[in-house]
Amino acid sequence: MCADPGSLDGLTWLMCYLTTGKHMAIYWSVGTVLLLLAITAPIALMFGFGGATAARSGIAPLRWLGKGYIAIVRGVPDIAFFLFFVIALDQFFEYLRHRVKCPDWDGPVYVGNDFLVCPAAKLPLGTSPQYVHEIYGFSLAILTFSIVFGAFAANVLFGAMRAVPRGQIETAEAYGLSSRQTFWRILVPQMWVFALPGLSNLWMVLIKSTPLLFLLGVEDIVYWARELGGTKTPQFTDYPHGDWRMWYFLALLVFYLGFTRVSELVLGRVMRRLTRGQATMGGDAQRKAA
Amino acid sequence: MKKLILTTATLALTTGMAFAESHGVVRLGTEGAYPPYNFINDAGEVAGFERELGDELCVRAELTCEWVTNEWDSIIPNLVSGNYDVIIAGMSITDERKEVISFTQDYYPPTDSAYVAASADVDVLTGTVSAQTATIQAGYVAESGAALLEFATPDETIAAVRNGESDAVFADYDYLLPVVEASGGELMFVGDRVPLGGGVGMGLRQSDAEMLAKFDAAITTMKADGTLNALLVKHFGEGVTTY
Repeated sequence: MCADPGSLDGLTWLMCYLTTGKHMAIYWSVGTVLLLLAITAPIALMFGFGGATAARSGIAPLRWLGKGYIAIVRGVPDIAFFLFFVIALDQFFEYLRHRVKCPDWDGPVYVGNDFLVCPAAKLPLGTSPQYVHEIYGFSLAILTFSIVFGAFAANVLFGAMRAVPRGQIETAEAYGLSSRQTFWRILVPQMWVFALPGLSNLWMVLIKSTPLLFLLGVEDIVYWARELGGTKTPQFTDYPHGDWRMWYFLALLVFYLGFTRVSELVLGRVMRRLTRGQATMGGDAQRKAA
Repeated sequence: MKKLILTTATLALTTGMAFAESHGVVRLGTEGAYPPYNFINDAGEVAGFERELGDELCVRAELTCEWVTNEWDSIIPNLVSGNYDVIIAGMSITDERKEVISFTQDYYPPTDSAYVAASADVDVLTGTVSAQTATIQAGYVAESGAALLEFATPDETIAAVRNGESDAVFADYDYLLPVVEASGGELMFVGDRVPLGGGVGMGLRQSDAEMLAKFDAAITTMKADGTLNALLVKHFGEGVTTY
């Protein structure tokens, strides 16, 4: 029924318009964004946990590493980091492969403006189909997001670990628990309630920063909204229209607001669950209400 | 995980297969927002003059090619760092760009750029003129004495004229022509057309001399047998300058 869009009007036209191959791309990109969030959040949390643990370690070099990671990544503007990181990471991986796979290659890696490694070291290989390039780009994006948000998470968790009442630790020591046992059985279970407000903040910022994906070469919803919303002249499309960017961005606004609202509800429940039985004001209030 | 960086157009060539295997897939980078040169059609694929040209050149050069899109802003840095192998995006050959990348011979003759405004009495030398970032047109406007308003995409430069943000837009004549025709009198050409640039060519890494030679030879054959002229007329109309 969409064969001749020029003759359609009203709702039928809109239905056909919203199901063109080009619009499928924006629906896909919604999926891409959700997938990115679903994968990035746990990885960033792991980076954060590692960073926080390292930053409070008793071993000096480890402590410097943890603190350095937090300080450097938090101090550099996201955009600068994102622009620098994809190129640097990509070239770093390729250089490593270059050294391993092509030991006989004697030319320099930088020729004028070009970054030149042997074909076998290319990531992905020049012969790979397009989807491999896309997955590789997407993975780089996840890694970059995880490193950046991991540093913020590390700072939050570092603070949360310090917020666990000293008495709890002392009691654990008095019971003869080793420091490892104290850490895993007393400190970690209790710190989440202190970490959650900060982490939920981070989650919200992470949701909102997904448009940065475009800097990483992944075509995200903001890119498609701009591309689809721009004026379309009849010579190049069956669905000509004026400047509709406002409507597309309105749709994005609704999407992001809806998504953050759902997140708020879920995080609220998690907070209530974590507060139960804790030696905090929230925990006290729950006890009294019960 | 379809899409992301878009269309995959693989030209399976029975004749070029053995060659293609040793040289891999040639990735053609374009902007996908510059009709009639290149744009994304309703089906979500790269289309336009350069799509047809590029596909034909790859057949003639016996290469397996694949299309990817990239923002105009970072189209040269991404070529240089190896994310794709060729820029085919209506890019004019200039000395400034030649310092960073190398160009094939032009496949589109040196063209005119033109001003488009919403009213005929706009003075393009003193008003505000929008142009796309990092184009020869932006450079020209900056030196013309007009206030330059830069945008990342061609579409935004026109939108700026429509909503009154700028008095006129300065871009390739061939890009503006369909826009003016479709505007129903809302937009019009003003001032004189300005010949700019040294023609449009494909951009390659300076270290890729071998591939450059192949594309160069393919363009020569297309110029010789008139197929390039036919393509030009097909996409840009009878008024286009041909070879």
